[in-house]
Amino acid sequence: MLTYIIRRFLYSIPVLIATSFLIFTFVSITGDPLGRLRANPNITAEQIHSIEHDKNLDKPVIVRYGYWIRDAVTKKFGTTLFGSRPIWPDLKRVIGHTLQFILAAIIISLILGVAIGVYSALRQYSVFDYTATTLSFIGFATPVFWLALMLQVLMVQIFLKWHVRIFYTSGLSSSVGAGHGFHFLLDRVQHLALPVIALCALSTATYSRFMRASMLEVLNSDYVRTARAKGLMERRVIMRHAFRNALIPLITVVALDFGGLFAGAIVTETIFTLDGMGYYFVNSLFASDPYPVMAWLMVVATMVILFNLIADILYGVFDPRIRYE
Amino acid sequence: MSSQQVRDELTIGPPGSQYSMPPAEGPADSSEELTYQYGLEVEARSQWAYARRRFFRHRLALGSLIVILLIFGAGVFANLIAPYSYDQINLNALSAAPSRHHIFGTDSAGRDSFSRVLYGIRTSARVGILVGVLSTLIGTIIGGLAGYYGGWADNLLMRVTDLFLTLPLLAVLLVAAKYLGHSTPTKLALLLAFLIWTQIARIVRGSFLSLREKEYVEAAKAAGAGDLRIMLRHMLPNTVGPIVVSATLTIGTAILLEAVLSFLGFGIQPPTPALGALLNEGQDQGIDKWWLVTFPGIVIVIIVLCINFIGDGLRDALDPTQRRVRA
Repeated sequence: MLTYIIRRFLYSIPVLIATSFLIFTFVSITGDPLGRLRANPNITAEQIHSIEHDKNLDKPVIVRYGYWIRDAVTKKFGTTLFGSRPIWPDLKRVIGHTLQFILAAIIISLILGVAIGVYSALRQYSVFDYTATTLSFIGFATPVFWLALMLQVLMVQIFLKWHVRIFYTSGLSSSVGAGHGFHFLLDRVQHLALPVIALCALSTATYSRFMRASMLEVLNSDYVRTARAKGLMERRVIMRHAFRNALIPLITVVALDFGGLFAGAIVTETIFTLDGMGYYFVNSLFASDPYPVMAWLMVVATMVILFNLIADILYGVFDPRIRYE
Repeated sequence: MSSQQVRDELTIGPPGSQYSMPPAEGPADSSEELTYQYGLEVEARSQWAYARRRFFRHRLALGSLIVILLIFGAGVFANLIAPYSYDQINLNALSAAPSRHHIFGTDSAGRDSFSRVLYGIRTSARVGILVGVLSTLIGTIIGGLAGYYGGWADNLLMRVTDLFLTLPLLAVLLVAAKYLGHSTPTKLALLLAFLIWTQIARIVRGSFLSLREKEYVEAAKAAGAGDLRIMLRHMLPNTVGPIVVSATLTIGTAILLEAVLSFLGFGIQPPTPALGALLNEGQDQGIDKWWLVTFPGIVIVIIVLCINFIGDGLRDALDPTQRRVRA
């Protein structure tokens, strides 16, 4: 087992290096970061040449990749192209906020998705099952950003009609009077509630559909029939034999969904102006600055690879049929 | 069932081919009716006839097809249906809530939101269908080559797939849309097609990998058929089902992606109305004007929902191993 973990960990290193090269070439070849400066009549060709020379933009892509990797490792991704602002302190701050936000969304949608999926499978073709199915189909068709907008619209209408503020529609905390201790926590929850709901909807739909299918498959398997035949209580059959086995494949689904949550974070954070990774990414893109964009992509790729690694290991822990040799 | 229909169903192979039955003569009609009445079903149906029957029995899919035709039709004929043009300004109704004259309300420039949504459907449908066609073409060609030969096509497919396994698709799309330039629907559709063909390619590759080992492919090879003939005549027809299903679903994905890109400001730019761009404008004008963000979004949800149902219906209908007609 331990050798498997180590080998799997070592294997992810070349994957990460290949990804870093893909990211660098992709971002470099898709655009000219100085395009806007070139279009500016007040900036002469010499000035542009000197910027190109300073930032090594006149070298071939492969050489620039070498410089970039050096800076990424030794200087924590270096500085932005315009304004020479260090990237890492900003990125470190927003990573913390976004992880809070994404982990909350994963936990909530896992609880909801598993509960709905299992209950749907146990009461197949019941009213509850049909309602859950319909809702998840609507969930698959609803863009995350529109759901976020509708939640904002709803809160704004409630506020305009009855002057009650249930949840805030933008920011991470109130700028004044956020308070300390419990009040700070409550304030944070009031701010994060809507973005988390918006982010959870799609994942909950995915997990519940998957859990339903997985549970139905397990309920029709031979060992469940055996468990029933030897006279176990239905409750025990479902909790000990069916549920625990149906849960295993969900690990892979959650791991694959992890990257998608970052995509969801891009839109929800932009709409709710949360100081997180998604908002940072969109702002860097608008500023046409390639280096924070590359750093962002690199951090997300690392996290996705790491998360998949953890998922693989967990799969091995929970599924004894998998043997590592 | 009329005799014409019965005759159609006796047809084996494409209509007009050498395998078609000769036209039935007068007396044959009654005997066919008789066998039919006594439950002695002898009719042979082509795969397509089975598929069509199964699809039309799938009520949800059929209903969705009708709804989607209505919505896309309204978009295509927007210039005939829309009560106003998409940039016509009504100074007497600035930011007006929905009313009898403007059923979806107006924006801060006094433009009719309903008309703009109709024109938006036209743009979004165009992007969706273009992406569906293009990515199916690219995906089928590369996936087919990858499955049949391996080699460079397989390598390309695997590398692009790897990229999307570690990076969120939306982030990659945003970077590409930002730097490659955006604005026109056709450009955006090309960009989307060049990034989302991998799903269809993977399906075709998988199918070709397994079909390559089939006896009839071996037989065709033994009979001296070339690679191209084997791929086009023997393998591709057996993959049509999954290709059609995922092409349909791709249209829905493309409409969602177009909406989110335009909403974030990296997709279709004003003044061209697209559903995502309308939501962007709606948010800019303040979400207390709820009608500006509600209606275009509902239209997106209905379109994508219907496309998903149609995809489901097609999946059931085009699976040749499934003979059971769904009620």
